[in-house]
Parts: sequence; structure tokens; C-alpha cells
Amino acid sequence: MTKLVIILLSAVFVNNYVLSRFLGICPFLGVSKKLDSATGMSIAVIFVMLMSTAVTYPIQKYLLEPNDLGYLQTIVFILVIAALVQLVEIVLKKYAPSLHKSLGVYLPLITTNCAVLGVTILNIDEGYTFIEAMVNALGSGLGFFLAMVMFSGVRSAIEGNDVPENFRGLPITLIAAAITSLSFLGFGGVVENLFS
Amino acid sequence: MNTLHNFSKGIIKENPVLVLVLGTCPTLATSTSVINALGMGAAATLVLICSNIVISALRKVIPDKVRIPCYIVLIAGLVTSVQMLVKAYTPALNDALGIYLPLIVVNCIILGRAEMFASKNKVIDSAADGFGMGIGFTLALFLMASIREVFGNGTFCGIEIPVLNDNHVSILTMAPGGFFVFGLLIACVNKFGKHKPKSNNSGCESCPQAELCSKKGGSTLVKGANTDD
Repeated sequence: MTKLVIILLSAVFVNNYVLSRFLGICPFLGVSKKLDSATGMSIAVIFVMLMSTAVTYPIQKYLLEPNDLGYLQTIVFILVIAALVQLVEIVLKKYAPSLHKSLGVYLPLITTNCAVLGVTILNIDEGYTFIEAMVNALGSGLGFFLAMVMFSGVRSAIEGNDVPENFRGLPITLIAAAITSLSFLGFGGVVENLFS
Repeated sequence: MNTLHNFSKGIIKENPVLVLVLGTCPTLATSTSVINALGMGAAATLVLICSNIVISALRKVIPDKVRIPCYIVLIAGLVTSVQMLVKAYTPALNDALGIYLPLIVVNCIILGRAEMFASKNKVIDSAADGFGMGIGFTLALFLMASIREVFGNGTFCGIEIPVLNDNHVSILTMAPGGFFVFGLLIACVNKFGKHKPKSNNSGCESCPQAELCSKKGGSTLVKGANTDD
């Protein structure tokens, strides 16, 4: 149980996918301008991360590994994620139109979000059990959510300021991201020591 | 002449990282040391050339509606081959790049070039474009990694630099330094770029999913990046 809590907390804070592993930077910079789109995107990411871990983990353990097909990992995972995202979109459209309205638009963008493929591959590389892999996926998604929501706040604070001409737009956003990331650096080592 | 232009535009004028702002994830993640950056650049260039050739050769066969999944499968196959080559011949590089090597699949530069260039042009031009873009990507990575390694670690390609070695700013090799150096580099490009990159030249436009993204006002960041409002 302690191990699960450690995995969860370190996925959210210490090894935050966006701010310390640099995965999913495109949506982080692209969709974080408004709080509601940042929240929508992050919830969709949490959902897809959990679903794709639940599907790819058994495929790797029971289909690819027993048949010595481990080298097909990348191809199979990206296909599964792409198909899953499509499927989720169709199901949501049919059975939960209101949810589809708020999340559906973000779903197609997630296929090429490297954080999702990253979490499925890392779960295998780290040698997690199924439960640990699911917890890690949840933690990574929550970490993404946290980073997006925090950063959209930071960006709305930058909005009204007078920024030097050459720094307008992307450069100042990246520098703000550096400072946000700096705050997450402070979590290093905290989680392990909490439970020792 | 035209082929040469297709090759050379990717290096400076349409540099995929610094001007088009594509492929930010591997740029930030693997530029901690010069060796890693060059390895990442070489692997991505190889995939980029091969994928441009294959997609250009198949451009009349692939149905328009399912082109993105087709491209992704083709690119994933190529990435797997490159991954096996790296594992076999340079295992140290494989350990250093780790997760970022399979993640070349979702690198927007490769999908972006497939969609923007290879699906509309002849094989030779596409190969030249892929090679140029790959070199541009590698150069940008090399530049960023040099700054981060020299000032952050006091070394260059593992060789110690006398004065800096004792006074290094180790935060530059960590995550915040990556964002910071990248931000400064793009500001320099804005300042010294011969022509100010126009809004239609920016990252989101070259992303295959720009249309979807802009529906939600997502790409406002890059659109507003170089205007004077």
C-alpha cells in the first residue's frame, strides 16, 4: 500500500510528466491559455491514460512477451492508443453526448500526445504490476492536470503585462514554464522521505 | 536547384525547432548533453528521411481519409527498426535516450513533414526535405545542448572546460534550464531572424491537427506569438 502511495505521489509531483520529464509539451503550451480548455484537455488525458494502460498492459504481458514479440511494442501501443481514442469518442458521442461535448473535441488531439504513449511504455520499462501501472497512470494524469491548471493561472497573470517585444508569445511562456518547473524541483526527495 | 532548395530551407529558414516550433518534447528532454543531442538528432534524421521517402512513394496509394493512421503505422515501423539498430550498435546511447527513442513516433516534426511535404511531392524532393529538416533539428539540438552542457556542467562532449568547470550553473542541465534556454533561443530568433516569421509559419499551422486545435482556440498562443498586438 505504501508503495502505491509513493508511486502516485512521485508521479504527480517529483516525476511530473510535463515539468520534469518533458512529455506532452505541445498541449501544455498550446491549450493552457484558458482555464476551461486546460481542464477539459487534462481530464481527457487522465481518462485516455487510464484506458490505454488498462489495455496495453495485458497485451504486453499476455500477448507480446510470451510470443517473443517484444520488439513490436511501439507499433502495437500506438495503434492501440489511436484505435482506443476513436472508440472512446464514438461511445461517448452515442451514450454521453454532454460529456462528448465537453471532452470530445480534445480526444483526437491526444493520439499524438507523447505523454500517453510515454506512460504506457514507462509502465512496462519500470516493471510495475498491473495495479501499480494503473496507479502510475492515474498519478501521471493528475500531474498533467496539476501542471496545466497551475500554468494556465500563470499565463493569465502574464497576459496583461508589458513584455519586451522579442519575448512576446512563446519565449515568455517558456520562461514562465521554467519558473513553474523550478517550483516542482523542490519536491525532489520529499516523497521518499515521507514514508521512511 | 529546386531539390537543393528543399534541402537547405530546413536548416535555417524553416528550422523545425526554432522557427516552426515543432518537436519540443525531445528537444527539451535530450539536450542535456551534446552526445545525447547528436544521437537523438541522428536517429530522428534517419527516421525522417526514410518516412518521407516511403510516404512520398505511397502518396497515390494511401486513401486520403485514413492517411494519418497510415502514416503513424509506417513511422512506427521505421522507429522500431532504428531502435533495434541503436540497441545493437550503441547500447550506451540507447540507455541515455531511454523512453525518448520510441517516442520519435509521436514527434510532430515527422508527422508534420509527412503531411505538409511528402504527401504532395516527388520522392527525391521529399528525401531532400527530410534530410534538410533532420539536419536542422540536429543543429538546433546541438546548439541548445552546447549551451546547457557548457554552462550547466562545465564540459563539452565530456571534455572539461577549465574555468567553467568550477563555476557551473547546474540548474541549466535540469528541467527548468531546458525551458529557460529554449525560451531565450526563440527570443534570439525573433530578434535576429532576417524576416520576422509570419503567423502562418508557426508551429500549430504545420501540425497535422491544427484545424482541430484551432477550433477550440488552442493555437492562439503561436498565432499571437509574432504579431505586435
